Amino acid sequence: MMTFYWVALLIISFAFVGLLYRLIKGPSIADRIVALDALGVALVSIIALLSLILETKFFLAIILLLSILAFIGTVAFAKFIERGVIFDRKPNR
Amino acid sequence: MSLVFLIFLPILAALLIPLLFKKLSRIHTGWFVLIVPVILFIYYASYLPQTMEGGTFTSEFQWIPSLDIAFIAYLDGLSLLFSLLITGIGSLVVLYSTFYLDKNREQLHNFYVYLLIFMTAMLGVVQSDHMITLYLFWELTSISSFLLIGYWYTRDRSRFGALKSMMITVFGGLMMLGGFVLLSIMGNTYSIRELIAQAPDLVQHEFFIWALVLILLGAFTKSAQFPFYIWLPDAMEAPTPVSAYLHSATMVKAGLYLVARFTPIFAASGLWVWLVTGVGLFTMIWASVFALKQKDLKGILAFSTVSQLGLIMSLLGASAMGFHVEDAANTVFKYAAFAAIFHLVNHAVFKGSLFMVAGIVDHETGTRDIRKLGGLMSLMPISFTIAMIGSLSMAGIPLFGGFLSKETFLTAMLAITEFEPFSMDVWGFLFPVIAWVGSVFTFIYSLYFVLHTFTGKHKPEELPKQAHEAPIGMLIPPAILAMLVIAIFFIPNVVGDWIVKPAVLAIQPFLYTSPEQVDVHVSAWHGFNTELFMTLGIFAVGGLLFWLLRKWQPVYDKLPETYSLNSLYDFMMYLSDSGAKRFSALYMTGFIRSYLAYMFGFFILIMLTTLYLVDAFVFDTTNLAPVGTYEIFIAIALVAATITTIAAKSRLTAIVALGAVGYSVALFFVIFRAPDLALTQLVIETISVALFLLAFYHLPINSKKEERISFKVGNAAIALGVGVTMTLVALSAHSQKLLPSISEYYKETVYSEAGGGNIVNVILVDYRGFDTLFEIAVLGIAGIGIITMIKLRLSKKEGHHENK
Repeated sequence: MMTFYWVALLIISFAFVGLLYRLIKGPSIADRIVALDALGVALVSIIALLSLILETKFFLAIILLLSILAFIGTVAFAKFIERGVIFDRKPNR
Repeated sequence: MSLVFLIFLPILAALLIPLLFKKLSRIHTGWFVLIVPVILFIYYASYLPQTMEGGTFTSEFQWIPSLDIAFIAYLDGLSLLFSLLITGIGSLVVLYSTFYLDKNREQLHNFYVYLLIFMTAMLGVVQSDHMITLYLFWELTSISSFLLIGYWYTRDRSRFGALKSMMITVFGGLMMLGGFVLLSIMGNTYSIRELIAQAPDLVQHEFFIWALVLILLGAFTKSAQFPFYIWLPDAMEAPTPVSAYLHSATMVKAGLYLVARFTPIFAASGLWVWLVTGVGLFTMIWASVFALKQKDLKGILAFSTVSQLGLIMSLLGASAMGFHVEDAANTVFKYAAFAAIFHLVNHAVFKGSLFMVAGIVDHETGTRDIRKLGGLMSLMPISFTIAMIGSLSMAGIPLFGGFLSKETFLTAMLAITEFEPFSMDVWGFLFPVIAWVGSVFTFIYSLYFVLHTFTGKHKPEELPKQAHEAPIGMLIPPAILAMLVIAIFFIPNVVGDWIVKPAVLAIQPFLYTSPEQVDVHVSAWHGFNTELFMTLGIFAVGGLLFWLLRKWQPVYDKLPETYSLNSLYDFMMYLSDSGAKRFSALYMTGFIRSYLAYMFGFFILIMLTTLYLVDAFVFDTTNLAPVGTYEIFIAIALVAATITTIAAKSRLTAIVALGAVGYSVALFFVIFRAPDLALTQLVIETISVALFLLAFYHLPINSKKEERISFKVGNAAIALGVGVTMTLVALSAHSQKLLPSISEYYKETVYSEAGGGNIVNVILVDYRGFDTLFEIAVLGIAGIGIITMIKLRLSKKEGHHENK
C-alpha cells in the first residue's frame, strides 16, 4: 500500500512540475492564474498523500485551509483581471 | 573654626555677590569681596608661629565615606605659604580691581563670582591631602580660569585664549587624575601624607614610572612648562587683575605646588630629577629668549612668568637630587629647595606688581603696545618707580629680593655640576651654563619692559588716551608689593625662617625633621665667589646686549611663524576637527546598504574569529537523522525558488518566487510534523505575498522597469560569508550540545498539568503565555502603526510631493 502512495506522490509531483512550467511560461495572466489554482489543488493532494505516508490526521486542517486559500486567491485574481481592483470602494466615500 | 570649611568660604561668599551687585549697585562690589581674602589672610597668618616650629594641622570633612573620599585640609609650611599667597595677593588684586574695573560698564557680578570660585579652588588645591578632592579643586581652577580669561566674551581673542587654556590645562588635569589613580592603587590610600610615608615601597612598583609621568604632565601643563606654555600668552586677554592673580601669582604655581608636594614620593626616581630639572631649565631659557620678541606689555610679562616658573621648576628638580646625595643637608644641595620656595615668594610679589603696572599703563594710555609707549616716566612717576623696583628684582639686581633668589639659584645650579648619580658629571656643566644664559636674557627683558615703556621719547600722538598718573587706589596694591620686594632684600632671613623653611621641610622630609634644621642663611654679601662673578657677568653681558637691542631684535621677526608651537597647536586642533569630520564622512555615507555591509562584515569577522579562537569547528555526525527522499525534493525546490528570487529579472517574478519559498517552508513543516506551524505559515505567506503584490502595483511607473539586481563582488562575498558563517555556527552548535532538551518535561506534563492535547498550543498559552501576550501586543502595534501611516498624512497638508 505504501508503494502505491509513493507512486501517487511521484505522479502528482510530476504534475506539479508541469503546472509550474505553465505558471512560468504561460503567455497570458489567465493561464498563470489557472496554473496557480491547479497548483493549489496539487499541493492539497500532496499533503493528503503525505499524511497517509506519515500516518497522521493532523494535516487535514491544512488541506482544508489550502483549498480555501486557493479558492479565495483565484477569485481575487479573477476580480482583479475583470475590474482592476480587488476591494471596491463604497461610492459615497 | 575648622580649616576645611574655610576653603569653601569664598565660594559661599560668591553666592551673595550677584545679590550685592543688583541691590547695592552704588557701591563697587569689589569692596564687599575684599573682606573675604583679608579675613582668610589674617586667619592663615595666625598659623605662622606654629608651622614655624614644624607643626601641621589637619581637618577632615567626610564626603563619600563608603568610597573613602573626604575633604581633608592639611596645613603644613608649604600649604600655608601658598594659602598666604592666594589670600594675600588675592586681597591686593581685589583692591586693585575695584579701581580697575568700572562698576557701571562691567559685569562685576560675573567677575567676582568667578574670582571667588577660583579662590576656593586654589585654596583647595594647596590644602587638600586627599588626591581625589585635590583633583576636584584642580579642575575647578581650570574652569574658573577659563571663565575669567573669557570674561570679555564678546571678543574673539578672549574666547580663543579661554578655550586654548582650557584644552591644555584640562588635558593635563586628566593625565594627573590618571597618575593619582595609579598612586592610590599602588599605595592603597588616597592620602598624600600616607603615600609619602610609604614612598620607599612605591618605587619598586611597576606603575611608579607611569604615575610619575602622568602627574608631571599635569604639573607641566598647569605651570606652563615647555611645550605646554603656549596657553599662557594667549590667556593675557583676561582683565589685568586676573592676569596678575591667576597667571603670575597663583594658578600657574599650582603645578609647582604639585611638584613640590610630590617630591618626597618621586625624588627617588632619576627620571623625576631629570625631567623636572631639564624641562624647567629649558622652559626658562626658551621663554626668556622669546620674551624679547613680544610687543605687548602683558605678552612680555607672560613669557617672563613662563621663564621664572621654569627656573623654580628646575630648582625643585635640583632639590629632589638632594635625596640621592649622601649627607645632603651639609652640602650646597641644601640650597635648591630653599631657593625654589624663596624665588616662588619673590616672583609672586614682583610679578603681581608688574602686571598691575602693565594694567595701569593700559588703563591710563589706552594701549599695551610697547612700540607706541615711551617717555611715561615724568607723566607716571609712581607707576615708574613701582615698575622699576619689580623689573630690577626680576633682573636680579642688588637691593631687591630677586637678587638673593638669583644668587641661590646659581648656587644650586653650580651644585649640580658636583652631582654624580645619573651621569650628571658628564652633562652637569650644561646646567649652570643654561641657567646663566637664561639669566642674561631675563636681565635684558626686564630692562626692555621697564625702560621701553617709561623712558625714551613720549609719543602722545600714537596713544589713544592722554596719559596721566593712575588714581591712588589703583597704585596702592602694586606699591605694597613693591615695598615687599625691597623688604625681602633687607630681611631675607625673617622671610626664610617664617615662611620658606617650613615649606622646605615639606619638600625634603628625607633631609630634615624640623624647620630649624634647614641650615640656610641668606645674606646679601657672600664674599667673592663664583655666583657673584656670574651675576656680574650677567649684568655686563646683559647690559651690552640691551644697549644693542635695536640692532638684533629684528631677528625675531625673521623667525617663521609656521614653525612655532602655536601653529602646531592650531594645526593639531584643525587636524582633529577636520580629521574627525572627514573620518565620519568616510563611513557615514547615509546609505543603508553601507551600514548593512559594516554590520554583516563585522558579524562575519567576530563570529568566525570567535569560532576559531575557541576552536569550535567540531562537526559531529553521530547524532544526525537519516535524510528522506522527499526532503531532498523540497530542499531542491526551496533552493531553486531562492535562486529565482535573487536572479529574477522582474520584481514580480521575485515576489512569486518568494511565495514559492514560503510554501516550500510550509511543506517542510508538514514533513517535519508541525501542523500548527504549517497552517500559520501558509496563511501568513499568502497574506504577505498579497501585500508584496500591493506594494508592487503602486510602484511609480519608471521604477517598475524590468532590471536584474546588478552583481557586486563585495555584496556577493558578504552574502556568502554570512551564509557560511551561519551554517558553521549551526553545525557547530548541533554537534556540541551540552544539555538535553527540556521538551521531555512538556511531553510528560502536557495533559496531566495543563489539561491539553496540543503541545504547541499549550506551550503558547499556558507554559509560556507571556511571550504570546506580547506578540499579540506586537501585532496590535503593527496594526495601529499601519492605520496611522495611512490615515495621518501630514505632508499632504503641506501640499505637493509623494502622496497622491
